[in-house]
Amino acid sequence: MTDLTRRGLFAGGAAAVGALAAGAAGATPASASAAPLTPGDGGRAVEPFHGPHQAGIATDPQAHAAFVAFDLLKDTGREAVVRMLRLLTDDVRRLAAGHPALADTEPELAAVPARLTVTFGFGPGLFRRAGLASPVEPLPPFKRIDRLEERWSGGDLLLQICADDPLTVAHALRMTVKDARSFARVRWVQRGFRRGLLTQPRGVTQRNVMGQVDGTVNPRPGTPEFDRAVWITGGPLGGGTTLVLRRIRAEMETWDAADRTAKEFTVGRTLATGAPLTGRLETDEPDFTRLSPAGFPVIAEYAHVRRARVDGATIFRRVYNYDDGLSPGGEPDTGLLFASFQADVERQFLPIQRSLAEADLLNEWTTPTGSAVFAVPPGCSPGGYVGETLLA
Amino acid sequence: MFVRRTVSACLLAAAALTAVAGCGGSGDTAEPAAAPAAGSGSAAASASAPARAGLTITDPWVKTTKKGMTAAFGTLVNNSDAEITVLSGSSPLSPKVELHEVADVKGKMMMRPKEGGFVIPARGSHELKPGGDHIMLMGVTGAVEPGAQVPFTLTLKDGGKLEFTAIGKDFAGAKEDYQPGMKHEG
Repeated sequence: MTDLTRRGLFAGGAAAVGALAAGAAGATPASASAAPLTPGDGGRAVEPFHGPHQAGIATDPQAHAAFVAFDLLKDTGREAVVRMLRLLTDDVRRLAAGHPALADTEPELAAVPARLTVTFGFGPGLFRRAGLASPVEPLPPFKRIDRLEERWSGGDLLLQICADDPLTVAHALRMTVKDARSFARVRWVQRGFRRGLLTQPRGVTQRNVMGQVDGTVNPRPGTPEFDRAVWITGGPLGGGTTLVLRRIRAEMETWDAADRTAKEFTVGRTLATGAPLTGRLETDEPDFTRLSPAGFPVIAEYAHVRRARVDGATIFRRVYNYDDGLSPGGEPDTGLLFASFQADVERQFLPIQRSLAEADLLNEWTTPTGSAVFAVPPGCSPGGYVGETLLA
Repeated sequence: MFVRRTVSACLLAAAALTAVAGCGGSGDTAEPAAAPAAGSGSAAASASAPARAGLTITDPWVKTTKKGMTAAFGTLVNNSDAEITVLSGSSPLSPKVELHEVADVKGKMMMRPKEGGFVIPARGSHELKPGGDHIMLMGVTGAVEPGAQVPFTLTLKDGGKLEFTAIGKDFAGAKEDYQPGMKHEG
C-alpha cells in the first residue's frame, strides 16, 4: 500500500492518499513492505499528467506498453500539427486521470487508468514539417550488428503508452490513433511488457527474455545523476529529453545452445543473481582488473558489462520485453524494446552504442531490427499541450 | 498469509477508495458537483464555461465534416435554482442552427427540431450526445477540421446567452443525425 501510494495518486484526488497512508501505517512493517493490495487498487492508481517533464520517463515502469509511431500526412502542416497535438494532449490528460476522452465511444474503459502515461516524442520529420531545425536525427548505421527493418524504424511522431493493465493500453492506443488519423498514418506499433503488476517487490531489476538480470546500472529517478543524464536544460526543449528506441531481437534458438558458463562469460554477470563475475551481489561494482588463476580477466575484454561502460556516458534505460509470436516451427520473434532516455544522443547514447557495436560478445545472440530517435518535449500545463514550447 | 495480517489496513483503504471511485466516476455524468473537474480537462470548455454563471457547458465538441450538416454535443449544466430553457442556437459556421432531438418514429430513429427547446432543471444537467439531443448545424460554410475551435451562442428563454467554443472531433457514429430524410441501408 505504501508502495502504491508513493508511486502515484489515485483517481479522484489527493484525499484518498492520506487515507491510504493512514491505512498503511496501521499495518505491520513486514506486511507493509510486501504491499498487498485490495483488488481494484492498481486499476485506480493514476500518474500525474501535468508538470515540467512528461510522464512515462521518471515514472516507475508500468507492466504494459505500446509504442506507436506515425508518419504525418503530406498535407499536415504546422497549424495542423498543433491541432493534432492539442487533441492528443486532451485525450491523454483525461484518460490518465481516469476520465473518458472527449467523444470516447468506450467511456467505461477509461475507468481503470492503471497509472496510464502517454509520452510524446517528435521525430525529425515533424520538426521539418513545422519549419524547425530538428534536434534529433536517426542513428548512424552500425553495419556489423544492424539488421534494421523499415517496419520497425523511424517515424515523425511517437506515443509511448504505458499502463499496468493491457486493456487500458489498448483503449488509449485506440483513442489516440483515432484522433491522429486525420493528420497521420500509423507507421508501426510495438507492444512490450514487463513483469505483471505486484508480481515482484518494487525495485527488483527486471529480467529479459534471455533470462538475464537487465538494467542493474541505471540512474535512479529523483537523483541528481538521473536529472543530469535525462533532462535537457534550457531552450524550447528544456525539461524534455530524447528517446532512442531500438528493437533488439533475442536469438533464442542459438542462445539455448550456449551453456550457462558461456552465457555468463558473454555478459560478465551471473544468471542467478546478476552479480558481476567478480562480485557476490547484483549491485557490486564489477572489478574489471581482476584476473583468473590462468591470468585472463575474469570479466572478459569483450563482455557486455565491460563494453557498455563508457566513461562520462550515462543513459537511462526504460526497457520492455516483446514477444510477437512464433514461426510454424516454434521459433520466436522475441527480445527487447530498448528505450533509452538521455539529454544528448550524440554525447551519451552513441559512445555506448559504438562500443557495443564494435565488440560485444552478446552481439552473437542479439540483433537490432528497428531503430528510431525522437525528441521528447517537456511536459505541459493544465491549459497547454505537449509541444507548445516548440510550436506556439 | 501476509494478506490476512493486513486485512484491517486494506479495509481502511478500500473504504477510502470507494469514496474516491464515487468521485471519479461522476466525471462523465455531469453531476453539477463534478462539472468543474470534468471541464478542466478541456481547454476549450474551461475557457468558455464562465460566460454565464447560471448555465455552463462541459466538454463541448462538434463532429468534423467536410460540408453539409453536422452536430455539436456537450453537457449543459444549470448552476441556478431555477429551470433554464435554451430556445435557439447560432454559430458563424452555419447560417442555420437548430436544436434537435432524436425520436423513435414508427420504429425508426429520426431527428427533428425539439419542441420547446432544451430544458435544464434547476441544479441539474442535460446531456447533448450522439443519438440524443444535439445542436444541429444545418449547413456549414466551411469544413470542420479535427481540433478546430468552433464558436457557438445559445439563446435562453429569459433572453440570456451562453457563448462557448466547441472543439472539432472525428467521430464515426451519430449517422442518424446526418441524413434524416434518407433511408438507411443495412
